[in-house]
Amino acid sequence: MVNVMDLPEEEFIYPGTRACAGCGMALIYRIALKALGAKTITTVPASCLTVLHGMQGFCSTKISVYHTPFATTGASASGILASLEDKGLADEITVLAFAGDGGTTDIGIQALSGAAERGTNFIYACYDNEAYMNTGVQRSGSTPLGVRTTTTPEGKKVRKKNMPKILEAHGIPYIATANAAYPLDLFEKFKRVKNIKGTKYFHILSPCPPGWGYEPKNTMIIGRLANETGFWPLYEVINGKFELSKPSKRYLESSKRKPIIDYLSAQKRFKSIDDTTTKIYEENIKNVWKEIKSRLENH
Amino acid sequence: MNVSEQEKTEIKENIIMLTGNHAAAHAIRQARVGVVSAYPITPQSPVVEKIAEFISEGKLKARFVKVESEHSAMAVLCAASATGSRVATATSAHGLELMYEMLPWASGNRLPIVLNLATRSLGAPWSVWTDHQDFITIRDVGWIQFMCENNQEVYDTNLQAFKIAEDPRLFLPVVCGYDGYITSHTAQPVKLENQEKIDNFIPPLNHHINLSDISQVKGIDPVTTPHIVKRVEGTAPGYYEYRYALQRSLENSINIIKEVHDEFAKRFGRSYGNGVLKTIKTDDANIIIFAMGSVASQSRVAINKLRSEGLKIGLIILKLFRPFPAEELRQFFKDIENIIVFDKDIGYGYEGVLSYELKAALYGLKNRPNIKGFIVGLGGRDVKTEHIITGVHNALNEFKQGIFTNKTEFLGLRLDELSDYDESTYFKSG
Amino acid sequence: MTDSKKDYQKILGSVQKPVIGEAGKTGTWSSKKPIIDLNKCIPVKSGKPSCFNCWLYCPEAVVTRTIPPEIDLVYCKGCGICMEECPVKAIKMEEVNPE
Repeated sequence: MVNVMDLPEEEFIYPGTRACAGCGMALIYRIALKALGAKTITTVPASCLTVLHGMQGFCSTKISVYHTPFATTGASASGILASLEDKGLADEITVLAFAGDGGTTDIGIQALSGAAERGTNFIYACYDNEAYMNTGVQRSGSTPLGVRTTTTPEGKKVRKKNMPKILEAHGIPYIATANAAYPLDLFEKFKRVKNIKGTKYFHILSPCPPGWGYEPKNTMIIGRLANETGFWPLYEVINGKFELSKPSKRYLESSKRKPIIDYLSAQKRFKSIDDTTTKIYEENIKNVWKEIKSRLENH
Repeated sequence: MNVSEQEKTEIKENIIMLTGNHAAAHAIRQARVGVVSAYPITPQSPVVEKIAEFISEGKLKARFVKVESEHSAMAVLCAASATGSRVATATSAHGLELMYEMLPWASGNRLPIVLNLATRSLGAPWSVWTDHQDFITIRDVGWIQFMCENNQEVYDTNLQAFKIAEDPRLFLPVVCGYDGYITSHTAQPVKLENQEKIDNFIPPLNHHINLSDISQVKGIDPVTTPHIVKRVEGTAPGYYEYRYALQRSLENSINIIKEVHDEFAKRFGRSYGNGVLKTIKTDDANIIIFAMGSVASQSRVAINKLRSEGLKIGLIILKLFRPFPAEELRQFFKDIENIIVFDKDIGYGYEGVLSYELKAALYGLKNRPNIKGFIVGLGGRDVKTEHIITGVHNALNEFKQGIFTNKTEFLGLRLDELSDYDESTYFKSG
Repeated sequence: MTDSKKDYQKILGSVQKPVIGEAGKTGTWSSKKPIIDLNKCIPVKSGKPSCFNCWLYCPEAVVTRTIPPEIDLVYCKGCGICMEECPVKAIKMEEVNPE
């Protein structure tokens, strides 16, 4: 595991961005760029990251960014890469696509699936704040069961999509989950994929103070609870081989996991959840870890 | 004219039988595009099949991104163009409509993309046959739009399209339209030009934006505001200024389009009117047919017959649909009495698009001409010479009686064969 | 060449250049700011580069990885993550006069 001193001191995001105070995505992006370095081009669809990158005339990053329409993240990355290949620059420059959960699991899923199927040599990172935050907290395909959003005032009736599994079905060489609250794990994973050819997919939990209903200072606390309760296991699937990441290893043992209610009750978005739904959560977590155990044993 | 045997052979070698689709593919190859991205759709598919063949045979060094939709095809090309590559694609009908979101993105970012459109009808009802409905739906997105009549013109217009699109005074995307099947699938002799001559005609792309140059950090296409943004680091235009610049560039592109056409004519010895309009037998004419694409080709035949009846009739073929050459048309039509327009498209709820756009262009002429528009050939219904002739006769009759109407008139309708048809009883009968 | 260009020919695609404080002086977003008690701060006390949780977890890149760590209050949005993540509770959020 890397140490805090292993991270480059250089920052690739200038201070004074439009991101909200305590934004999980801002930290994720900051750490990812530290791992990938200056020779990176980012493509970003309509999302909170477009907001962070800045508006008319001025941007907030030390790397170039291409703002692309909502549905086209995977396609725009393919276009940038094709042009770099055309110019013989593809080995020098990393193409990074960075989109939210709506842009990934809903409107952008087709372009992403196409890019992954083509084996496009790029990194796709989905920062999952589990709703359309930039447009005012509407539900997405990645919003979890029971969550209140502006379009699910009574709580969402169905569970969230398992996007990493969908990407696994594409047979791409690298899939990882990550979490804003574990920046060292995140750094290590982004560092690892720099030298992997093909499509690399990250699904990163991105706690959102205004959208989730908690104090900005608690972003890491909430993020950690997602791991500690077993709700958001950190893992990698490298060439089909499943590996549990270090911060999640101890939660293989169910007794080490904190009760899910600790995570749910810390956020206003879950406030209409009843006991039945909490039970469903407990059951789902149990099943997720059962599957993890069996995948680990099969290797 | 004395042509030596050697010259005869040379000419023969360069002239081959090609469909309109393959003529487009050859032009794209010879323009040395860097990135192609496309999705199959009838009747365009042979363009991209041929390009794939060129690439696999090593005749074209380009990346071909074989995407999962036309929306992605245009998104790939926007990004590849912004990264500094010369790019091209082809599509038809619903493919174009699926691309629609990306089209103003291409023009608004001033990306010199070349798109070939083998025109086809839009559903519903579902149709794979041809008309100009797809072509006209993109008239407001800020692209330069050409309509070609034959396969040589498809090839020549494509070569000009790259030069026009990448002109540093413009940086605008260009669509080359041609009729599905009638042009896209019909083989005609096409002269392919010498590669060196083409390389001299189309210099390498010197783009205004280039993401691949990472020494200059930049953001491309962020959200703009209704305002000018001023900071100590500089002043940035607002949305309004960007859109003004796009519109002015389009308005002023007509001269550049003509300039490129004239240079092409000088270098390659083929011209298409003035590059914007083509005129046929107009010198003594007081009646003019106005049309584009295959309808114009049919009208070429019709005016010969009408002239044998004693009518002083000529033909204006619109080659450049956007920007609409209103000034040119006003100059041309200022002394013309009667104009008959044939549209293979409709601005639904109003008239055929060429008809109402011509009327708008001629508004304010001192001697206002009579104009009547007809609809022909939607969904691939044959446009026959006799339809054009009937249209001219009907129009002249109405003009004589002083009748003026915006109501559309369809030529070649066969309602008489449907006297028994009523959908409400259709399933009950037979 | 520039002089012969028409006004509309100078405005092409919408582009951005990098600046510090794209959203302005974001320090004004909150009146509460993190103040480090250097008597408690781990790298200050040990004199060795270590901990730096305040630097690591800051979403805004306004903390330096130096001894002592310094916080750019002109841009610090006052989220308080550094306070929560400091293992020795050396950081407190205090009302700071923006001037």
